[in-house]
Amino acid sequence: MANSAGMCSSFKAELMEGVHALGPGTLTPARTVSVPDTVKAALFLVTASRTAADTAYSTTGELAGTGSYTQGGVTVTMATAPSASGTTGIFTPTASFQWTTFTSSGAFDCCVLYNSSQSNREISVHTFSSQSVTSGTFTLTMPTNDATNALLRIA
Amino acid sequence: MIIETTIGLLDDSELEKREGVIDNENEYSTWVEYWQHGVLVHRSANVKLKSLAAAKSEIGEF
Repeated sequence: MANSAGMCSSFKAELMEGVHALGPGTLTPARTVSVPDTVKAALFLVTASRTAADTAYSTTGELAGTGSYTQGGVTVTMATAPSASGTTGIFTPTASFQWTTFTSSGAFDCCVLYNSSQSNREISVHTFSSQSVTSGTFTLTMPTNDATNALLRIA
Repeated sequence: MIIETTIGLLDDSELEKREGVIDNENEYSTWVEYWQHGVLVHRSANVKLKSLAAAKSEIGEF
């Protein structure tokens, strides 16, 4: 069997678990605990400008706090660790994000995931069709956690 | 069925129900609205995201 170059599938999953800290590092101290960070999900108005170029969560463009919606969003349930599926590192929260009994302060089309344990560093931006909620419930249902559908995938 | 609305709890028999689905490459979303006398009094939505482009990983050559 010949040698074959490539990034290890396990490394992709381990990046999401903070196992590796390459280089001298200036942002985050080496991990000495096994407690996962707290990740949150927040909703943003259609007029906001959230992109993959963002580096940290901010309230600019976020829904106003009304009813059960609190600025900063909800804590993401992470009962299943990142893993490798084939050659892809994958991670999907284990519970849907839900806000009940509120009226949105405007139309929204974006959900931002960020790490509130690490200076609110942003993880990802997810967009969908424009939605609004009136005395109702908004649910973001999680996709299947596999190499094709997982919410976060490093191929 | 009792519905939470902008004017309190109402029986759905008093309301006009409208529903919709958005199914495209990015999402599968459903929404339900209740109207009373032409006024929107309740709207809920459920969004299921589909495939977000995966981050690509590569290694360099010596």
